[in-house]
Amino acid sequence: MSEPLLELRGVNKSFGVVHVLHDVDFAVYPGQVTALVGDNGAGKSTLVKIIAGIYGRDTGDYFFEGQQVEVHSPRDVAALGVEVVYQDLALCDNLDITQNMFLGREEVKRGVLDEPTMEGRARETLSSLSVRTVNSVRQTVASLSGGQRQTVAIAKAVLWNSKIVLLDEPTAALGVAQTRQVLDLVRRLADRGLGVVLISHNMTDVLEVADRITALYLGRVAADVAAKDVTTTQIVELITAGRSGDLGISENPATASV
Amino acid sequence: MTIETNPTPVDSTTFAGDTVRTQSLGGFFQEYLNRLRGGDMGSLPAILGLFVLVVIFGFASDTFTTKLNIANLMTQAGPICVLALGLVPVLLLGEIDLSAGVAGSVGAMTSALLIVDHGQGWVVAVLAGLAVGAVIGLAIGLLVARLGIPSFVVTLAFFLGLQGVLLKFIGQGGSVRFNDDVLRGLAIKNVDPTVGWIGAAVIVVGFALLSLRTYRVQVARGLQHPPMSVVLIRISVLAVILGALVGFMNQNRSRNPNFPIEGVPRMLIVVVALLILWTFILTRTRYGRHLYAVGGNAEAARRAGINVARIRTSAFILCTMMAVISGLLLAANTGKVSPGSGGSNTLLYAVGAAVIGGVSLFGGRGRAIDPIIGGVVIATINNGLLLLNNASWINSVVTGGVLLLAASVDAISRRRRSAAGV
Repeated sequence: MSEPLLELRGVNKSFGVVHVLHDVDFAVYPGQVTALVGDNGAGKSTLVKIIAGIYGRDTGDYFFEGQQVEVHSPRDVAALGVEVVYQDLALCDNLDITQNMFLGREEVKRGVLDEPTMEGRARETLSSLSVRTVNSVRQTVASLSGGQRQTVAIAKAVLWNSKIVLLDEPTAALGVAQTRQVLDLVRRLADRGLGVVLISHNMTDVLEVADRITALYLGRVAADVAAKDVTTTQIVELITAGRSGDLGISENPATASV
Repeated sequence: MTIETNPTPVDSTTFAGDTVRTQSLGGFFQEYLNRLRGGDMGSLPAILGLFVLVVIFGFASDTFTTKLNIANLMTQAGPICVLALGLVPVLLLGEIDLSAGVAGSVGAMTSALLIVDHGQGWVVAVLAGLAVGAVIGLAIGLLVARLGIPSFVVTLAFFLGLQGVLLKFIGQGGSVRFNDDVLRGLAIKNVDPTVGWIGAAVIVVGFALLSLRTYRVQVARGLQHPPMSVVLIRISVLAVILGALVGFMNQNRSRNPNFPIEGVPRMLIVVVALLILWTFILTRTRYGRHLYAVGGNAEAARRAGINVARIRTSAFILCTMMAVISGLLLAANTGKVSPGSGGSNTLLYAVGAAVIGGVSLFGGRGRAIDPIIGGVVIATINNGLLLLNNASWINSVVTGGVLLLAASVDAISRRRRSAAGV
């Protein structure tokens, strides 16, 4: 397997007395969709926020493209080329698609917004992702469906030539057809060589698009397996019990002596 | 606009469906109608309302449509329009500034005192007034953005406090003369008719050149663009309006044949200049874009790296500085600054003007032209009712009713927008 784009090794994180992450190892490979699964409270969100630079780490190392890097803020992470698409999509309803995609990073020519360049690049990005569901890059976001919004949010992340995109529950609020569109888009991102992290509760989605699956159980990595080697039942067992057959944590950490 | 119902991929382009839409005039008009139906009314209700008002007052009063009165109406509308325009950045954020009227008069008082008591020139006086406005705005902005007090409360406190400041410096029952030639001239002097024509021509030609250049770039790069006919219609409408305005104002409107009064009132120049400035800021600069973004979704703006607190603070600073300009225009109209200047319903008229014109009280929506149109509506109501010799209570009731109507239109169209998704 190729070198991981991003790798966390031995990450521990506590909030006060609550030890949320125990020695977590996590890797994202280029051109692959890595699914991060786990029950509520397993530490998925905390891990994502550590990757995104929102939370610091108590211990553990952060590697990007094989180099150890120091990240202290979301800005550092964005500079590495890691974009996070959060569940509540963070788009402005009153602005159009182009304006949203360039929000905070507008192209300016001689002090004036360079609308033609922005509109052109927004269109290029959407067409490079083979987005077929959006009518015009000048539609306001208010007029978009949930799937279209998710598409715009993902396209916004891609626009900046990012190397890794983290998607937090991208299909949680979507209907069947829209979920289909977003999953196709997720697959295309990976096919372009990006490292994609998909956080999801939906096992069908996960098994459909993921190449690797990392299951968290009570703040520990229960398993890090290739998606083709496991079944839905096994993943569900990993999520709920932390082990499945010979996979997973050998001893139940909840009852283990600390 | 029913976008979700037609996700059928079209022909061979990779980005299907992203047509550069509306090639025909009919299609463009149809789309406009759809937007209206979806609740995106803009300033259409205000324009229709203005038309109705002019017709009613025109029939009801002999003097309403006289040239002298129309010119009067414009100088009356000036301070309201400028104050309402100043409120736009604050309203775009979904905030409110109740103190702007009084703060404007504090600025105007500063200018007047510097001229009267200290013999300063008008340039220094105006700059000092603007500086006072900026400081007041900074204080309000910091309290709202950093401390997180609702703007309603902060500016209500400033509304009360600054009235006290006016009283302290001017004195109970007193007033400061405001008779500097240049500043007072804004209200009582006119532009030379030839200069008026040249100004109108420059604006129309400038607008035409910009529109055509934008159109050419959009077509050349294959971007979305309106049909050529729409571009031409927009230019013609502007030319007709400006031409009619200047032509009308350039006629002699004096009752005394020995002293002709002709030309566009100077105040109008100030209003038009500020309108152009704010249109530029709101539509062509990053700052303007960020104002809309923060008003639309502050959290999204924050995540996009926009300094939300700084945008909030700056909006209040700009608002109060605009209020000072409005205060100066108001003082030019009345020839003095008194402790009551900018108090009572000055600010509420301005909020009314902005909302009537189509600026949303919920933030994120509105253009620079909206408060100008709304300000003219408010001034027309005031002027017309006064001419009909009605008791002043009717004036207040009608203005209040119109404001309520405008706010209802805003709320309803907002609901329709979220339902129709425009």
